[in-house]
Formats: sequence, structure tokens, C-alpha cells
Amino acid sequence: MNIGKRIGLKIGKATRDAFGEALLEVGRQDPNIVVVDGDVHNSTRTEYFAREFPDRFFNLGIAESNMVGVAAGLAASGKTALVASFACFLLCNAFDQLRMCVAFPNQNVKVVGSHAGISIGEDGPSQMGIEDIALACALPNFKVIVPADEHAARALTRLMLSEPGPMYMRTGRPGVPIVYEPGAAFAIGKANKLREGKDLTIVACGLMVAAALEAAYLLQQEGVEARVLDMHTVKPLDVAALEEAAVETGAIVCAEEHLLSGGLGSEVARAVAQRRPVPMEFVGLNDTYACSGTPDALLERYGLTADHIAAAARKVLSRKTC
Amino acid sequence: MEAITDIAALEQVAKRMRRIIIEITTKAGSGHPSTSLSMVELVIPLYLGGVMRHDPKNPRWPDRDRFILSKGHGAPALYTILALAGYFPEELLYTLRHIDSPLEGHPNMLRVPGVEASTGSLGQGLSQGIGHALAARLDGRDYRTYVMIGDGESEEGQVWEAAMAASKYALDNLTAILDYNKYQQTGPVARVMPIEPVRERWSAFGWHVIEIDGHDLRQVFAAYEEAKTTKGKPSIIVAHTVKGKGVRVIEQDEKRSRYHGVPLTPEEARVALEELQ
Repeated sequence: MNIGKRIGLKIGKATRDAFGEALLEVGRQDPNIVVVDGDVHNSTRTEYFAREFPDRFFNLGIAESNMVGVAAGLAASGKTALVASFACFLLCNAFDQLRMCVAFPNQNVKVVGSHAGISIGEDGPSQMGIEDIALACALPNFKVIVPADEHAARALTRLMLSEPGPMYMRTGRPGVPIVYEPGAAFAIGKANKLREGKDLTIVACGLMVAAALEAAYLLQQEGVEARVLDMHTVKPLDVAALEEAAVETGAIVCAEEHLLSGGLGSEVARAVAQRRPVPMEFVGLNDTYACSGTPDALLERYGLTADHIAAAARKVLSRKTC
Repeated sequence: MEAITDIAALEQVAKRMRRIIIEITTKAGSGHPSTSLSMVELVIPLYLGGVMRHDPKNPRWPDRDRFILSKGHGAPALYTILALAGYFPEELLYTLRHIDSPLEGHPNMLRVPGVEASTGSLGQGLSQGIGHALAARLDGRDYRTYVMIGDGESEEGQVWEAAMAASKYALDNLTAILDYNKYQQTGPVARVMPIEPVRERWSAFGWHVIEIDGHDLRQVFAAYEEAKTTKGKPSIIVAHTVKGKGVRVIEQDEKRSRYHGVPLTPEEARVALEELQ
């Protein structure tokens, strides 16, 4: 993967791999955790848990609606139920079940959608979750988490499984650049400031965090200092960090591997508009589906690279009034 | 509470339940009386006849049997049986659908003691019942889970996803009850979307099928007993019922659609309550 190469970021594991490993670790400590699968455990990486705990693992076949209902029933009888499938199938196919059986009754169900974004590559648009963040944000009581790399995925999986209530976590298919040190600190709902800067703030999540750091490097060559926030929790948003960014840097670029409608950018824009309106630009999928191709080719074609973020930054700087 | 097994006494309870269903839906000015009336004899043995192990004073008791009303628009009947069983005072029934009442148009498990699932979007209850049944097995508990589904509801694909899953896991601690009242919102099920052959379909999905007259309390008790003693597979009680049972103005309505989501007028209710004395 080309993202982060220019600044020497090493490619680590996929977030789905790190999630699967962390799930197994937590599962060893907490016998109350059960996993519900739609026959994609070797894709979502719940397979590690399944192998060690076959009695606490339920492969319900290719039936996402039923899966979510069963997970809700397990949770209603006291289990911490984790349900995992491809982000698009889980959120799109079972959205009403997430609404009625999980969100509305506030059940302790953890929803993990893998193969999110367009960086899944050649399998193409039918397999890409590009609307999952918007859908998950439209579920009251849900928290929405998007880890940027393997260390983030591990830490956030542990946190997700340690607190009650409905949560959605998005994971990706390919190995992605490492932006954190092992053991870096995370708190759900608290953004991580990965780079200080005074001229503008790039707010990113998932794979776009690495692209944002690379964009900050490009901008630095031009004498522009960009702050980079990893908004790994899209809901509830860290509004304090956003307000601080708006006040201190005066301009914001949002970057996400998701449709522009209803994703991170929409949530951030609403928060910023209410508290401290500043010029904003948005990097994401602009009302379109992608196609098949290599991850790098797709990210380039659909405008999700450091260069695109840097271009958005130049545009937002030109709109800054002070 | 002491279980009531005297059939004549329970038939009086059934009449009383029907009167309450008419009273509270007419007072609310909206709701689904006819689907509530068809399920009366199916829930009485569960809550009052000793079929279910439950404790109204301890509604979250981990070893309780669970009942999920998947056809959530039958909420007036569910609320009524819960009140009669002692989960909350009967006076609360008369607040049905009021903005300050926990008794919403469809059941909300966070607000009403004894309600095991928030339903109203059809097709989802059986899946949740499977979750409870699997949890019972994991925890080594012997509670049973009952899920009532509707005939129109059986048009939802998720019902059959769940049917397959319950069969895969051989959930003999799970019993489905089909309130087969033959009508859905706009007319006869057989015309809107035929679901027959019901017995053969459930049987082909690996379920033990028990077919009964759903208004005959003796048959209902016997069916629950048969489900309890059937091992190695889930059971479904296909209960033939009459939509609007006990209220002539609904029973005589050819399409039943006039009373699907509409209560009786105060005048119709007055006549119905006299019939149900």
C-alpha cells in the first residue's frame, strides 16, 4: 500500500487481524463473551475465537437479519454478544434488526463490520462498506468506532468489550500503515492528536489517518503546519477537541474512506457549525460507488490519498479569513 | 401465584381479557383489537395456567421462562395478561398509548416489566428467542422460551432464517406459537401471500408441528405439554384462531381489515362488552 510510504510508515496488520487477535485474548479472560457469525469468520477473523471456543461461537449461515436477532437474544439473557460480518452486509441487510433488537432496547451487542471502505480492492463495490458509518451513526444508543491501525484496533477492541451497550466497530481488509506505538493510550470518545499544527486541522479516521499524516508532511514542505486528529470514535464525537481545533487552527479538513453523506465529515461539520464555524473541506467518496482494482489504484481513482487531502487543505486555507 | 387449571374459571378469564382489550383500545382511540382477541386463549395457560415458570415480583429472574410477542401489534393482549398475572396494576392498562404511559402502541421492553423484547417490526422475535434458548444451554439453565408469531408475519424471510437456525441447534427448549387467524392488514392471508402448507413447511424445516384449535383451552394446555416433552427439535404450535374472536362486529366483517388497526367505536364497544358478559 502506497499510503504513508513517503513518510516511512511501515505496513502493519489489517485492522481485522488485530481485532480478531484481541477478541481471542479478551475471550480467554471473559467467559461471558459469545460470537455470532454469518459464515465469514475466516474473513472477519472471528475464526481465532471460534477455534478456541467452539461452544461460544455460533455460525448462523448466510442470514444477517437472523444473526443480529440471535445476538440480541443472547445479550438479553446476559451475554456480551459480538456479531461480525462484512460491514455492508451487516449494516445494510440487517439495519432494521440493529434498530429494533439492539439500538432501541439498548442491548449489549457489539457489531463488527469488516471489509469496510474501498481498499478491499478487486472484489469490487458489492463487497465494500461505504455507508456503514452513516447507518451506525443513525442508531441511537450506539457508539461508532473506526480504528486506524493494528494497535488502535487491538486497544479499541479491548475497550469495546469492556463497557456495556451497543457499539459498532469498522475494520478493513488489507494491511495498513502503522501510525501508533504498541500500547498507545486510547479512550472511547476521545480523539488522539497525532501531530500538532497551527494552520489547519485534518480530522481523519481509519486508513485516512495515515494519509492525513502524509498530507501534513507534504504541507510542511510548503510551510504549512497541519494538526492531525485521529477521530477513532465518530460517535460520540470528541467535540472539545474539535472546538479547540477550530479556535486554534481556524480551518478543518475531514478525511474518511466512506461516502461524504452521513460519515465522519457530516458529524464533524455539525459539531463545528454549532460551536465555532470555520471553513471546512471534505475528502471522501463523493456520491459514488467504486469499482474493482488494486487498493492503491482505487484510492487514487476515488480521491482518497495524501495528495487529495493536501489539495483540500490548500483550498480550505484559501478560504480562511484570519 | 397459584396456577389456575380449572377450564371453566379460565374461560371466564378469557372473557374478562377480551372485555379489557376492547375497553383499553377504544379508550385509547387506536390500536389493534382483532389480533389481540385471537391470541387470548394462547397466553392464558402460559401466564395463569402454570405452563410458564415465572415470577411477576421478579421479572428479571434468570431462571424464568421467556415469552416474546413477535407480532408486537398484539400488545393490548400482552399488557392485559401481564397485568392479570400481577406484573403491574390493572389500572395502568387504561393508560394504553398515552404519552406518559409505559404501555406504548407496541411493546417496549425497557419500560414494561415482563416484556421480554421490543417488537413491532415483524419477523424478528423468533431470532431473539433463539438467542435466549442458546444462552440457556450455555449457562446450563432449564428455562424455556416461547415466541408467538403471526400468520401474516410469516411472510417475512427472517422467520425462515430463524426456523433453519433453531433446527440446526436442535432447540427443544424453544416453542413457537403461530396465531393463525387467517387475516392480515388488508385482507385474507391466503390472498395477500399464501403461506400454506403451514404444517408441511415447518415440518420440512425440522420442527415438531402441533396443530390445534387455538380457542380450546384443553387443546392449548395439551399442546404446551407436548412441546415440553418433545426432545431434539424445536416445536411449533399452529393454533387455528379467529381474528376478532368473541366480538360479533369484527367476526362478521368479511375482510376483517376494518378492525385491523382500528378500535371499536364507543357504541360498538358497548355492544361487544354486553356480548362478553
